[in-house]
Formats: sequence, structure tokens, C-alpha cells
Amino acid sequence: MSDQQKPLPVPTAETRVYWEGCRRHELLLQRCRACGRLQFYPRAVCATCLAEDLEWAKSSGRGTVYSYSVVYRPPSNAFASDVPYVTAIVELEEGVRMMSNVVDCPPDAVRIGMPVSVTFDDAGDDIALPKFRPS
Amino acid sequence: MSCSRSVAIVGIGEVDPRPVPGRTSLALNALATKAALADAGLRKEDIDGVLTGYSLVEPYGMYSSVLCEYLGIQPRYNAEITVGGATPCTMVCHAAAAIVAGLADTVLVAWGDNRASGASRDAIVSRVVDVAGHPQFEHPYGVLIASLYALIAQRHMHEYCTTPEQLARVAVTCREHALLNEYALMRQPITVSDVLRSKPIATPLHMLDCCLVSDYGGAVIVTSAERARDRRQQPVHIAGMGEGHTHEHISQAPSLTTSGAKRSGELAFRMAGMRPSDVDVVELYDCFTITVLVELEDLGFVEKGAAGPFVESGAIDLGGSLPLNTYGGMLSAVNGGIFHIIEAVRQLRGEAGPRQVAGARTALVHNEGGILSTNATLILTGD
Repeated sequence: MSDQQKPLPVPTAETRVYWEGCRRHELLLQRCRACGRLQFYPRAVCATCLAEDLEWAKSSGRGTVYSYSVVYRPPSNAFASDVPYVTAIVELEEGVRMMSNVVDCPPDAVRIGMPVSVTFDDAGDDIALPKFRPS
Repeated sequence: MSCSRSVAIVGIGEVDPRPVPGRTSLALNALATKAALADAGLRKEDIDGVLTGYSLVEPYGMYSSVLCEYLGIQPRYNAEITVGGATPCTMVCHAAAAIVAGLADTVLVAWGDNRASGASRDAIVSRVVDVAGHPQFEHPYGVLIASLYALIAQRHMHEYCTTPEQLARVAVTCREHALLNEYALMRQPITVSDVLRSKPIATPLHMLDCCLVSDYGGAVIVTSAERARDRRQQPVHIAGMGEGHTHEHISQAPSLTTSGAKRSGELAFRMAGMRPSDVDVVELYDCFTITVLVELEDLGFVEKGAAGPFVESGAIDLGGSLPLNTYGGMLSAVNGGIFHIIEAVRQLRGEAGPRQVAGARTALVHNEGGILSTNATLILTGD
């Protein structure tokens, strides 16, 4: 099934390394060398202390569902054949949160607090999207 | 230095929201402006400051300048404010600041867009999430505005045992109030059961948990308290105002259940020298039913987590202790936070007719935008 019409991320100079990591099926987070805080999404500066001295750290990919919603009315036709699908904010065990989908799970089985781990959806155009499945 | 009661709203105007083929975004702003000027007993030559929002249908790059040109106004203060749904209350804050600073004497605040006449519902649903969801880190996952707010509702239910019935009650109450408003778009009563049986959009939100997509055109005129004394209508003073902003994208929010409304409310009450118990009527931004629950809590009307039982008790009904969205809100009357302001002014003037809250002297109006991202609170007094 073609995903070509779905909106795919367009990497920018500051997110390029993140998306390259996804292509390798690695979930990368930024760590600030000045204050030690981890952040997502990647930026040119640390959102805690504004330092520009940032490095990349590989996430374990494990986390829990912080919140979720099963979508019945998609934002566009591109997602129509996926309905119903689960959108979720996942809290990684490193303490940062990110938006994603919960996959490989009946939508009505998803629960807040459910342990999940990352899996990558090779979506095309050199983009792999990190998604989460029950662990 | 405080702005409290230095500035007043002296004119309100709105356009019938029923769609008209070919009606433009600018026309809606212009006609609302004309109505507000007539209400204030002012001419357009009296306006020296103009604030507008933006359009999702006809997105001019400098919307406020285009409206000034369209109306034949050449102001000394002019800006487009773009904070999503919080824009109307935020514009009033900016107008007050401009007047107190001496940058303008009489400011037009206009908010209008032809989201029904000018675009399909699918186009609007898609454009709204284009501006509110993150293009790299949210859009690829198939989010829409309703699903982003649904994450808030789901978490609120998890943390506080809020029920779908309590969410639905917000919609039912707004509908009851809309039936007393001849300009409200929705004309049929609904029950909690109707809401829960309406089409699921993104769990736990159903179609009737979601606000209308409609045309809208509303305007208010703001001037100094001193100038307001000479105007046609009883001035409605701005006793307090405040803003609070904690994030833009919901996946970055520090909390899914407490928003910047906590800060905007505290600032507004502090400026006004008032507390929640002083408020007679509230007009709270109701893009979704869950939004109202979070606002009731964050603005201090109930403890965090207690808004579900509060609305279920009937407290927000016209006959209740805190009548809410007395004109029907965005859930049942018309889209847009400007109408929360307009209704509050009507209530404080004693002009709300069958939906008048007896003796209303203090109103709180709250607008929020994005996904609980931006927040602005006004406390208005009628004396």
C-alpha cells in the first residue's frame, strides 16, 4: 500500500541527524553537554540553558503510553485506509515525550501506562518513522 | 502601573454566521466593524488603531493592513495578531496596552473568516492542523486538531476519573443556551446520550464534543475609560487581563491537564483585585468539551480535576451558580472567541434578553489557541 500521499517529515539542518538515525532504526535524542538535559525534538540550542554544545544519545526505545486517542476521522484521505489508528504521546524511559502511533495492537487494547518499545516504519523517501508497539 | 479599569469596550458588532456563497473573509470583518461602529455611535474616522487576526481561507501576508485598506482607514497603530484561538482576547489586551501607552485612542479589534462559505470542511480540518501540529514530529502520525485535544481528554479521564458523560454535559448546556440565541447556528436540543452516540472523531471525543466550523465575523471597539463616558452605550470596563503560554505543540506540553490558563487567570484576577467567587458569568473558549473543563479548573473556579462533577451538577446552566457560554458558545452558536467577549459585554449591559443572568456585574472571558498552547483572560465589569 502506498504511503506517498501522507505528509512525511522534511528534515532540516538541525533534524537531519535524527532522521538519519531513524533510517538506521535508531532513536536518537539530543543531550546538552553544558547542563546534561536530554531534549526532543532536536534544536540548534538547548531548550533548558540555550547552550549550543549538544550531542546525540541513543534512546533505549522503551517507554510507556502517556496518552492516546483512536482516530476515526482522519485529517486527510491519505490516512483513510488506516482508520481506526492510534495516535499517542509516548514517554520514553529517558524522560522525554514524543508523538507517535501505537501499532501491532488492537486500538481498543491501548491503555495509558502501557509499556511500549520503538519500531520503525520505513515510509519511503528515505524516511523511517519511529512508532511504538506493546512490549 | 496597572491598566485596571483604564480601558473600556464601547461597541460590539457581529455578522449573521449562516454561510453566504461567495462571502469573503474581509467582508465578514468589514461588516462586523460597521456594526460595532454603529453600536458605539462612532465613525470609522474615529478609529486610530486596528488589530485583526488572520484567515485560513484567504491568507494575506499582512491581514490587518489589508483590512485597513479595505475599510479606508489609515491608523497610527496596526497589527495582525496570530495566537490561534486566543487571538480575540489577546487583541483586547494589546488594544488596552496601546491605549494606556498613548499609541492609539480608539482601537478596532476584528476577528472574521469565511470558513464555511469559502472552503470545504475537509479543507478547513486539514488547514487547521497544518498550522497547529508540528510538520516533522506530529503530522506524519495522522493527527488532527480533535485528536490532539483528545489526548488531553484521555489523560484528564485517567488522572481525575472524568467521564464521557461529564464532557457531554458541556455540549448539552451550550446547546440549551444556544436555543435562546436567535443567531446561533444549532437549533435542536440535544441530550448527553445524543452526544455519546454522535460520530466518534478521536476517542474519547465525538462529533458533538467538537465545536462548529462556521463563517464568523465579530468586532469590538476599545477606548479609554475617560473617552468611554461620552459614548452611546454603557461602557464595559476591563478590570483585569492576563496571558499564559506553556508550549506550542501538545507533545511538548509540560502537562496535558493543566494549561497556561492558570497563569493568565491569576494575572487577570490580580489586576482586577478579584477572585473567582466574584464572577457572575463566564464565557470560556469551547473548541472542545474538554477545553471547558480544563479552563474551569485552571482559572480557579473549581479544584483541579473537579470540573467534571461541577458541570454535571448543573452549575454551568443559566440557572446555576456559574452560567457558562450563555449564547451557546463555539459548540452550538458560532465559531470564534470574539463572541465570548461580545456576549460578556451584552450580559454586563443587561441586554442578553432571555438568556440574561440577573444582576450580572462581573464577567470572565477566556480564549485559548493551538492545543491549550496560548491563553488570554479578561475580567470585565459593567459598572
